[in-house]
Amino acid sequence: MKRSWLPGFITLCVILFLFAPLVVLVVNSFNASRFGGEWEGFTWMWYEKLWAAGEIWESLLITLKIAISASLAAMVLGTLAAYALHRFRSGLQNVHHMLITLPLVMPDILMGMSLLALFVLTGLETGLLTIWIAHVTFCLSFVTMVVLGRLQDFDFTLLDAARDLGATQAQAVKKVLLPLLLPGVLAGGLLAFTLSIDDYVITFFVSGPGTTTLPLRVASMMKTSRSLPMINALSTLLIASTFLVAVCSHRLQRRA
Amino acid sequence: MSTGTRTSRQWLLTLPSLTWLAVFFVIPAILVILTAFRPADLQGGVGPGWTMDTLHELNDPAYLPILWRTFSLSAATTLICLVLGLPVAFQMARAGQRLRQVLLLLVIIPFLSNFLIRIFAWKSLLHPEGPLTKLLISLQLIPENAVLLHHSGTVLLVLVYTQLPFAILPLYAAAEKFDMGLLDAARDLGAGPWRAFAKVFVPGVRRGLSSAAIMVFVCCLGQYVIPQMVGGASDEMLGSKIAQRVFSDRNLPHASALAGGLMLAVLVPMLIVVLWQQFGRKEES
Repeated sequence: MKRSWLPGFITLCVILFLFAPLVVLVVNSFNASRFGGEWEGFTWMWYEKLWAAGEIWESLLITLKIAISASLAAMVLGTLAAYALHRFRSGLQNVHHMLITLPLVMPDILMGMSLLALFVLTGLETGLLTIWIAHVTFCLSFVTMVVLGRLQDFDFTLLDAARDLGATQAQAVKKVLLPLLLPGVLAGGLLAFTLSIDDYVITFFVSGPGTTTLPLRVASMMKTSRSLPMINALSTLLIASTFLVAVCSHRLQRRA
Repeated sequence: MSTGTRTSRQWLLTLPSLTWLAVFFVIPAILVILTAFRPADLQGGVGPGWTMDTLHELNDPAYLPILWRTFSLSAATTLICLVLGLPVAFQMARAGQRLRQVLLLLVIIPFLSNFLIRIFAWKSLLHPEGPLTKLLISLQLIPENAVLLHHSGTVLLVLVYTQLPFAILPLYAAAEKFDMGLLDAARDLGAGPWRAFAKVFVPGVRRGLSSAAIMVFVCCLGQYVIPQMVGGASDEMLGSKIAQRVFSDRNLPHASALAGGLMLAVLVPMLIVVLWQQFGRKEES
């Protein structure tokens, strides 16, 4: 039967729509023209300027510190949560499931606002710690969902087999479950890492003096037209790293 | 294993995430709603005592157009994302294994790319000196002095751009499980391609449709960065007001009242859906 060409055509248009602005950004990062309206020759100038901008690298360091520590914490909490959700059916797990799902559909601004209210009312000074707490909170649900998806494919009779062969429960979990689950946990961790690096809205609410993460820095750079071409260069580097992370995470999730 | 150790094991595994979410998600949400009833102090915190003043201040007709704009922009974005996302999800699901993985990656990359960068990309594309403006002027599609940035159309365009992957991914997850043979059956029975798509495929992925719609709509309701960066002065959404109350006016109770209202508007329908689904799951089993 003849297949309609229309869905394929729309898909092509959507992909072009999604990528065109990013491609223009990347091309303009090598464009000598300040506003990128016309091609005025190839240049590394913006990358050199970016390299010399020390405050950007400081922000990157802060961002990486938060992203690594927050995704590690979210990996541990999320894996435990996914295991509990998968293994047990009870009223407790219904509540648990609801609490895990709700942050996924909570608009960022509300999460930022409510955490800010918590920190103001408890007198906790905003800074690295508050940003870390916020990031663990929104990453937790995403990691849980990824690991849960992985657990659904896991054959739990393997654990029984290990027990029959004389392994203790702890040994069976450590030697059988965790290695098989690891790709899922890592994929969840990578997702948490990217979400943490990218977050602007929630971080904006709970950051304090001296904790300007990379997205906060980019937002303030966007206000001054002098640094616009530098954002092109920075964006290109970020898009390239996102691409790498996406490919890695994709590989991890597919490996059966 | 005895039921006793099973129960204690369940609690042991559940407690870490449950406690974390209770302390950093549930309690803060309740605090926001409570803060709406506290007086503001000048340092941007809350004063002692309780008051209804903030709620009275909110009873201001100036908020109506903002509420309406927030709702209509979110609804329009959701609709456009679903209309564009459905054929893409359909195409992905019926493609061969290799093409499917490539398409999936192509949707995920913009989804994972930095949100600010994606807005920035449009900002520089639509800039009066930017490439798109120059191209459209040279093709004489828009007048010489046209301004593409800073009006509500731009806000809608960028909203759709940022939300589209959020619509495609759940739609694809549903389409992937859909049995494409059903479409062939419908065609064999004499349905045209449109009819088969509308009457067989669309109902088949309704779960994906509802999660995509909720994702996109709710995300849009809380937007403030997009109207702030590519919109004009008259394109403020509810989120813009919340951010303005926190960061410019330093009036936490006022911001909390607005945020609390939005939160109830988001969470109450969500809770009903979740409970209804859990009820439905029991019925099925």
